Amino acid sequence: MTDLTRLTAADTAARIASGEVTAVEVTEAHLARIEAVDEKVHAFLHVDREGALAQARAVDEKRERGEELGPLAGVPLALKDIFTTKGMPTTVGSKILEGWIPPYDATLTQRLRDADVVVLGKTNMDEFAMGSSTENSAFGPTGNPWDLTRIPGGSGGGSSAALASFQAPLAIGTDTGGSIRQPAAVTGTVGVKPTYGAVSRYGMVAFSSSLDQGGPCARTVLDAALLHEAIAGHDPLDSTSIDQPVPAVVEAARNGDVRGMRVGVVKEFAGEGYQAGVMQRFNESVELLRELGAEVVELSCPSFDKALAAYYLIAPSECSSNLARFDAMRYGLRVGDDGTRSAEDVTALTRAEGFGPEVKRRIMLGTYALSSGYYDAYYGSAQKVRTLIKRDFDKAFEQVDVVVSPTTPTTAFPIGERADDPMAMYLADLCTIPSNLAGNAAMSLPCGLAPEDGLPVGLQIVAPAMADDRLYRVGAAVEAALTAKWGHPLLEEAPSL
Amino acid sequence: MTVTELVSYEDALAAYDPVMGLEVHVELGTKTKMFCGCATTLGAEPNSQTCPTCLGLPGSLPVVNATGVESAIKIGLALNCEIAEWCRFARKNYFYPDMPKNFQTSQYDEPIAYNGYLDVDVDGEVFRVEIERAHMEEDTGKSTHVGGATGRIHGASHSLLDYNRAGIPLIEIVTKPIVGAGDKAPEVAKAYVTELRELIKSLGVSEARMEMGQMRCDVNLSLRPQGADKFGTRSETKNVNSLRSVERAVRFEIQRHAAVLGAGGTIIQETRHFHEEDGSTTSGRVKEEAEDYRYFPEPDLVPVAPSRAWVEELRGGLPELPRVRRNRLREEWGLSRHEMQSVLNAGAIDLITATIDEGAPADQARKWWMGELARRANEDGVELAALPITPAQVARVCALVKEGSLNDKLARQTIEGVLAGEGGPDEVVTKRGLKVVSDEGALGTAVDEAIAANAAIADKIRGGKVAAAGALVGAVMKATRGQADAARVRELILEKLGVEG
Repeated sequence: MTDLTRLTAADTAARIASGEVTAVEVTEAHLARIEAVDEKVHAFLHVDREGALAQARAVDEKRERGEELGPLAGVPLALKDIFTTKGMPTTVGSKILEGWIPPYDATLTQRLRDADVVVLGKTNMDEFAMGSSTENSAFGPTGNPWDLTRIPGGSGGGSSAALASFQAPLAIGTDTGGSIRQPAAVTGTVGVKPTYGAVSRYGMVAFSSSLDQGGPCARTVLDAALLHEAIAGHDPLDSTSIDQPVPAVVEAARNGDVRGMRVGVVKEFAGEGYQAGVMQRFNESVELLRELGAEVVELSCPSFDKALAAYYLIAPSECSSNLARFDAMRYGLRVGDDGTRSAEDVTALTRAEGFGPEVKRRIMLGTYALSSGYYDAYYGSAQKVRTLIKRDFDKAFEQVDVVVSPTTPTTAFPIGERADDPMAMYLADLCTIPSNLAGNAAMSLPCGLAPEDGLPVGLQIVAPAMADDRLYRVGAAVEAALTAKWGHPLLEEAPSL
Repeated sequence: MTVTELVSYEDALAAYDPVMGLEVHVELGTKTKMFCGCATTLGAEPNSQTCPTCLGLPGSLPVVNATGVESAIKIGLALNCEIAEWCRFARKNYFYPDMPKNFQTSQYDEPIAYNGYLDVDVDGEVFRVEIERAHMEEDTGKSTHVGGATGRIHGASHSLLDYNRAGIPLIEIVTKPIVGAGDKAPEVAKAYVTELRELIKSLGVSEARMEMGQMRCDVNLSLRPQGADKFGTRSETKNVNSLRSVERAVRFEIQRHAAVLGAGGTIIQETRHFHEEDGSTTSGRVKEEAEDYRYFPEPDLVPVAPSRAWVEELRGGLPELPRVRRNRLREEWGLSRHEMQSVLNAGAIDLITATIDEGAPADQARKWWMGELARRANEDGVELAALPITPAQVARVCALVKEGSLNDKLARQTIEGVLAGEGGPDEVVTKRGLKVVSDEGALGTAVDEAIAANAAIADKIRGGKVAAAGALVGAVMKATRGQADAARVRELILEKLGVEG
């Protein structure tokens, strides 16, 4: 009998629609898989068994009534615990929100429900999406299914690990500096940060408002495109949401082709800190693109060297303000309210206990950077760098259709290795951060295993804002060629757990 | 709390020149809040008009209320301001439990309107108050401190939070330093706030009722020695929430500053509380260093870029502004500036206008509202407009007088009846039996009786002393218990005595 957890989302939906399997059977298979392996992986913070089965039953009933099913109807999904879910806990990986049950659904959550996607539960993440390893979760780390002693990337390590361990064929991530793409890269899965404003942020707990972007995670490029189409589109509740039609991503994913395309290689994305095996697989990918008919152009984007510095001023500044609302007054944790303390003291005690060290570090950094007398030197300069990075991309996209690079300089590192070295941790996002600062679209997809450690390497593709379809066109072509070369999808080489 | 020995107002002004800055917050009367769709109805059950956005729940986002922006632009235009072609909201970061996000969405260095002025009338002269800026922001929730003696947070056992007000749109209007008002500073301050309130009301963007907190004023004041260029240190008196209080607060602070400076002391830059009971201010929070609000552009909102066409459309749609209208009405009604000022101060302009629109002559409408009704409002301690009588009812009384059904005394009684809730004028007239005696037969008899009873006076009248007729009119009025038309009575008396009136 077919292992339902090994199917792609597209295949699963087709089988449900044809009546070959029921949505309940598919959901039960995934719940059983979670039961079997998640104790080891720890991808989920919350599994909504009853809710998932109820949703699945509703899909089956719809089918029985002869109603038309959407392209992802009945497909299970792992939702990053940063999107509000009415009646289901939403912790953002933080103690400060432990036990909070939101009274409303995020727009993205609502769209998933509208698409009849079955939400299995909420996935682990670095607290408030701050981190590149999921070690900053207040609820313990997540293991990388390729090697459980290694990190699954972050902040969306729960989502990437759920995909790579076949606990769900689809997942949702959010990407502020690489939190979708870097976990995808180190787990051998596909992750897309859509154009800023393409997916509504309403109900997505804010880390850094001008950088945060929700997006699809999957095991194949087509599955990511199907999910992208389901969640993207204008939302009047998010002022920064783009009021334009969603690019034809599914069509692009079904028609992978790079012939005649110009592909840029940015020379700044190489050198010190890049693992040899990562560069080897990346260079092979560039060669492959050439073989498939693309023209490869070397580019220079000099401002990219300053991207990390600018990011670590802008993101903490915005987070210092966004996280001010966690004051114990209206929801979440409340510490020290024994009738003797002032509201101010209760707020201070709650924040001291409720926030982890990385969150505190960034709140302090941001508070300092925004302070009067420092604003121009820090936040102001960082915004100028942001403009320069946008210009570098603009210039690049005058010459090429997409830019490619390694997604992350190294493969998955061991849990604990960088926990006490924030700078080393921050370097994991070196190649992904420029796209957040520029607000354009980017994808990571697997391009092989690094010879020295046998761990997945990610290829990053970057496209101009609102040209998200190019990611899928290029990604699908690369995926098809590599799968043919390997004889199977990369994830089949992962341990079975 | 230290009690300050004040310097007399005259002495203070002899030595120092006052400089003022007025910051007025106006709550807009939009149906929904500034950044969400919640209702703004006053007096609703606490926390019943809230949603994820105005409660600052994790994940929620703001969306700008277009009517709020439109109102802000109208206010800016009416204040002769330039309207920004492109501006942003900014976050003002500080912690307070009644502020759901612990930042206020406001505007910082890019206000929607800037560089304007408002002309105000003070003692028949025009004083121009320069406007620095008018910007959009949101109101906070409301804290009620329970268990303390003062209602302030000190000594309270706990506080109750109501977020119904959180997110209600505010426009903050800030003047440039007001210099040159001299000893008229308190009147200028009051006249400015009065004029601003009239302006806001005329635009229809807010009812601007100060007693309801829909318009709130902070008074900044400093003194500099006469002849000096440099401004002195200012105090900020918060929440001065009536027109009279604005005047009193300025006066008090002038006297207090002068006392401190005169004694060789220095003014501390601080927030002060105003006390309605005695018109004094006391020290609030001392600002040891300038508060750092860590302003930065609000990343959750896109910039506001009102098109020039829209701005011009709004400019074209502005109503006649209060001062222009007042000058026009003053001429139409034939009043002196001083008389018009009294009408303005009494809050009677709209009432009189409405009464005239209902058909009453201007002088009659003004007479009732500024006389009998103003007296009653004063006695009852309410605004004129709050009296339970409508302009239409006042106009009806005027009509009854004109057609001769009521005389002045009966008209007053009719109005009394309306105010007492006995019904409309006609109803009161019927119920109280207040009809003028117009039955010529009955009146003739009463006149005959009065002539017979006052033969000596009648003779004087016959002899040409027409002025003596008043006594006979009085007698007839008494006999008819006031229900006769005095003018007709006089005519009848003269007629019967064969004298030309």
